[in-house]
Amino acid sequence: MSAVTETLFGKPQRDAFVTPIITNNPIGVQVLGICSALAVTTRVDKAVVMGIGVTLVTAFANLAVSLVRNHTPSSIRIIVQLAIIASLVIVVDQFLKAYLFELSLELSVFVGLIITNCIVMGRAEGYAMQNPPWLSFLDGIGNGLGYALVLLLVALTRELLGAGKILGMPVLTLQTEGGWYVPNGLMLIAPSGLFLIALLVWLLRVVKPELQEKD
Amino acid sequence: MARTDSTRYTFLFAAAVCVACALLVSVAAVGLREKQETNARLYRQKNVLLAAGLVKPGQDLSDRELLEIFDKNIRIRLVDLKTGELLPQGKIDEKNFDQRRARNDPQSSRAAPTNDAQIQRLPNYAAVYLVMPKGDAVEQVVLPVEGVAMWGTAYGFIALDRDGNTVRGLTFYDQKETPGLGGEISNPKWQAHWHGRKVFDAQWQPKLTVVKGGAASPEQDPHRVDALSGATITSNGVARMMAFWFSDDGFGRYLKRFRAGATS
Repeated sequence: MSAVTETLFGKPQRDAFVTPIITNNPIGVQVLGICSALAVTTRVDKAVVMGIGVTLVTAFANLAVSLVRNHTPSSIRIIVQLAIIASLVIVVDQFLKAYLFELSLELSVFVGLIITNCIVMGRAEGYAMQNPPWLSFLDGIGNGLGYALVLLLVALTRELLGAGKILGMPVLTLQTEGGWYVPNGLMLIAPSGLFLIALLVWLLRVVKPELQEKD
Repeated sequence: MARTDSTRYTFLFAAAVCVACALLVSVAAVGLREKQETNARLYRQKNVLLAAGLVKPGQDLSDRELLEIFDKNIRIRLVDLKTGELLPQGKIDEKNFDQRRARNDPQSSRAAPTNDAQIQRLPNYAAVYLVMPKGDAVEQVVLPVEGVAMWGTAYGFIALDRDGNTVRGLTFYDQKETPGLGGEISNPKWQAHWHGRKVFDAQWQPKLTVVKGGAASPEQDPHRVDALSGATITSNGVARMMAFWFSDDGFGRYLKRFRAGATS
């Protein structure tokens, strides 16, 4: 039994899963998937759904790409990856329409854009094409969670400072409602996301000096 | 692995991937269709209530509560668009009437007269939602409107007061406009500008429109609504939609009867 768990959850598997969450974070370190991170981080609920969507798509796209990696003709490998990713994204969109209808009305533009999210393509081409299915699947989940983590941090800051709320619940009472807090409108538009992500990248590089390039 | 580089193999592999992906997508789409349609219908009903002001934007309601409010306050009736007459109740099942399907079916629709709203076909019968919170007295009527804006057809509801003239509310529940620009037609803040405007002028000609450069309060500027900045084509689309649906090709004839008191 221990041999089985060893191969299912051994060191390489743990590494594949854990490193992308912080050490090799797709947004903070690989600097992938910035575009959608700016768009969907105005509210926490959107960020959570988008994070889950990207995690599922990255995991299953990695799994599928890895399963067929030895049979894929190299001349069409990119388009094969795209076809797999696009199909998974449509499936996610269909599930959203069936179970989270009103959120899907606001999110469906961005869900469609998961197809072009660099993280999914990047992990499929950069990792899943060289690694076995189970490892690739874990790598996909790890990268998705790393993306979701950053999204969540940015969205928490933006919703709190921009609207005085978290998950739609008032936290800082707005001046317009008799409170003291004047919301920062900048937080609700895309540039603030860029600033916050840049600050995060900076922080990550101060904490982990090995990430800094020697120039 | 030389085999995987042959042209024949490449084509076969591509075909296999396509079939597998197509299968996955169609299973998801067909399997979830029923649930999605229920959601879409519920969302339409919610928008009727939003237009009538019976539900406030942002109000959190369960599906059951929503249906309860709908069933308690709204009576759906069908209107013959040619004559403006209400169909006898129950002649066609109003609750399950799908206006978009009726419009697309040649059996229950006709080609629309030339119009600026780019409406191609008109259903023979259109649904109107009578708002009757206290039993028999009709307080408002909610009319479905549609028309081509910038990226596609926008679908909405507009609520009129008992006078058949004063706008009580407007919503758009299905539109493909640019988020942040034309997409703002779904923003309750913009929709609030419509409240209190008048559809018709003193001669009962449809006059309600959208203008650039600002409109005054409904009292001073009863027929004009401020357009959305950065969304001229969408705004024009909404103006043409209103012009069409309040003309005699749309609900004009029905509203004439409605004003005269023919509500049942």
